[in-house]
Amino acid sequence: MSVEAVDTKRVPSTGAAAAKDIRTAFSSKWASIFIIAFTVVWTVPTVGLLVTSLRPAKYVANSGWWTVVEHPHFTLSNYNTVLFGKGATTAIFPYIINSIAITIPATLITLAIATMAAYGLAWLRFKGSDTVFFIIFALQVVPLQMSLIPLLRFYNFGAHIGKVPIFPALHLGGKYYPVWISHTMFGLPLAVFLLHNFISQLPEDMMEAARVDGANHFRIFRTIVLPLSTPAIAAFAIFQFLWVWNDLLVALTFAGGTPKVLPLTGRLEQLVGQYGANWQLLTAGAFIALIIPLIVFFSLQRYFVRGLLAGSVKG
Amino acid sequence: MGVSVSAAHALMTASTFSDSVSKLSQVISAVVVFFAVLLLIFFFAGRATGRFQRPLTIAIFVGPAIALLIVGLVIPSFRTFYLSLHGASAARNAPYVGFRNFRFAFTDPATQSVLLNTLAWIIVAPLVATGLGLTIAIVVDRMKRQSLVKSLIFMPMAISFVGASIIWKYVYDYKQSSQPQDGLLSQVVIVLGWKHPPNWLLTHPLNNFLLMVILVWIEVGFAMVVLSAAIKAVPDEIIEAARVDGAHGFGLFSKIQIPMIRATLVVVLTTIMIATLKIFDIVQTSTGGNFGTNVLANDMYTNAFVTNNIGLGAALALILFVGVLPLVGYNVLQLKKERSNR
Repeated sequence: MSVEAVDTKRVPSTGAAAAKDIRTAFSSKWASIFIIAFTVVWTVPTVGLLVTSLRPAKYVANSGWWTVVEHPHFTLSNYNTVLFGKGATTAIFPYIINSIAITIPATLITLAIATMAAYGLAWLRFKGSDTVFFIIFALQVVPLQMSLIPLLRFYNFGAHIGKVPIFPALHLGGKYYPVWISHTMFGLPLAVFLLHNFISQLPEDMMEAARVDGANHFRIFRTIVLPLSTPAIAAFAIFQFLWVWNDLLVALTFAGGTPKVLPLTGRLEQLVGQYGANWQLLTAGAFIALIIPLIVFFSLQRYFVRGLLAGSVKG
Repeated sequence: MGVSVSAAHALMTASTFSDSVSKLSQVISAVVVFFAVLLLIFFFAGRATGRFQRPLTIAIFVGPAIALLIVGLVIPSFRTFYLSLHGASAARNAPYVGFRNFRFAFTDPATQSVLLNTLAWIIVAPLVATGLGLTIAIVVDRMKRQSLVKSLIFMPMAISFVGASIIWKYVYDYKQSSQPQDGLLSQVVIVLGWKHPPNWLLTHPLNNFLLMVILVWIEVGFAMVVLSAAIKAVPDEIIEAARVDGAHGFGLFSKIQIPMIRATLVVVLTTIMIATLKIFDIVQTSTGGNFGTNVLANDMYTNAFVTNNIGLGAALALILFVGVLPLVGYNVLQLKKERSNR
């Protein structure tokens, strides 16, 4: 599983010779040194985080993490402290649960609704379906900051025309629902766009054959489209998972900072102020927050890269 | 974990645990209910016949997405415009103030510096990230173990902005130069001979660029992967033809390859630009917008949710929107062109 795996498109002999020509222009010892140095610089900050999170407090306060080379002292107690803590105020364990409770539904619901919409826009072909697709695509770039205030008011006060209520206030404070719904709303434009790219390319004859056999759209969707679109769905699932897991703004706005709902990112942001110079705790907390998306990312990297490329490269 | 666990601690952990279990089971049942309802709808709508069958099918497939987008993005955009023309109050009947919020945004010195910072961000960060990504995409191609190198450079993409900010805040950490250092940057410059490095994150305007480094750190991997695929997708005949015409080496690269991947370069650049314009987490976590590092998205959040100046917050969100508008237009044109080519 690697980034490289998807890059092996086609390098026939003539092109290879040409590519080699270009490479020689850049090939020198210096280029290799540059790349190695660059990779080291790119990786060292994360290594520093991991090392610090494993060092006892007294060493962290008095020496840089790179001194572990000379004085290796390691402990897991930092992780125990940040996870379960001395009091409920410091422990981040409940916030991990919140992150999971936010991320899983926000990913699954978005996927379901987006896949349906992508199929509808690609294969139901109604009047204006192309226009709808373009509008959804354009919505991708509306900064979600634009939506936060009105959406929060909508959840809290409902909708009115003049004084006439047309939608009741939902009173969703302190619940997961507004966070799920908001993530779904904000994730839809990209999801519909990527999935539509894929689903619209499915073989026409297969759909036609199923229709001749008397299958309706719901059946075609379940038995043909869903199984065939698994790669695209997987690619977007990773996207949405990472985006929701790593989000701070949406969670801060719609979870309202209550410990009942606030995810790990929100808690970490608070800890930056609270732990201040207690780097061993802060880094342990940060590492816990990193490790789940990193596992997801490295195990599914191939799909993730494919998903990235689906929207941006014209081959 | 090598730590003695007190009774109180164990009790707390136990209650946290049962709390977690009940939370998660609620979540799982919510998801199950959602999909069960979906299946039921599919089942019954599949039985429908006659005149309403087609509209009903369309409504079920496309309706939820359209409804959510209208409620979540379209109406709020108009609502934000309305709010931006009204006073500070969070109450329903804030007075109409015309363009006063916008005038304030462009004349108030603090907000002016916010706009300037944002401008610096959207110019510097995307260009540097794309430039580095392109360089690496080209150079890394000839290396052994390139998949390892690529994975390591790509890794920050999976890290949250908050996590990345903590990682870099630690790199930038400041200690008096008489004490042992724990910030990597200070240590490095001391070794290189700068005896008294400054308190990095408090030094304006340097701190702005140090925060941009965090975004560049995250986005270079994205630029690298996309551009590397684009370079490989350039048709070989074109490169062959150029070689026959006598182009080679760097000339071939700059005159043939770069123009061939220009469309992808622009997509990468605009994608990073849009991400940059909305940047909030990095500034919020690293400096909280203090020490002259505030940017539009963060200032908007502060006005709307901390100081409760809703009108100004909405006005700033609108300025943000107008900022990305040309990028929206460009992307739509690009997509239209691409689809008509099919």
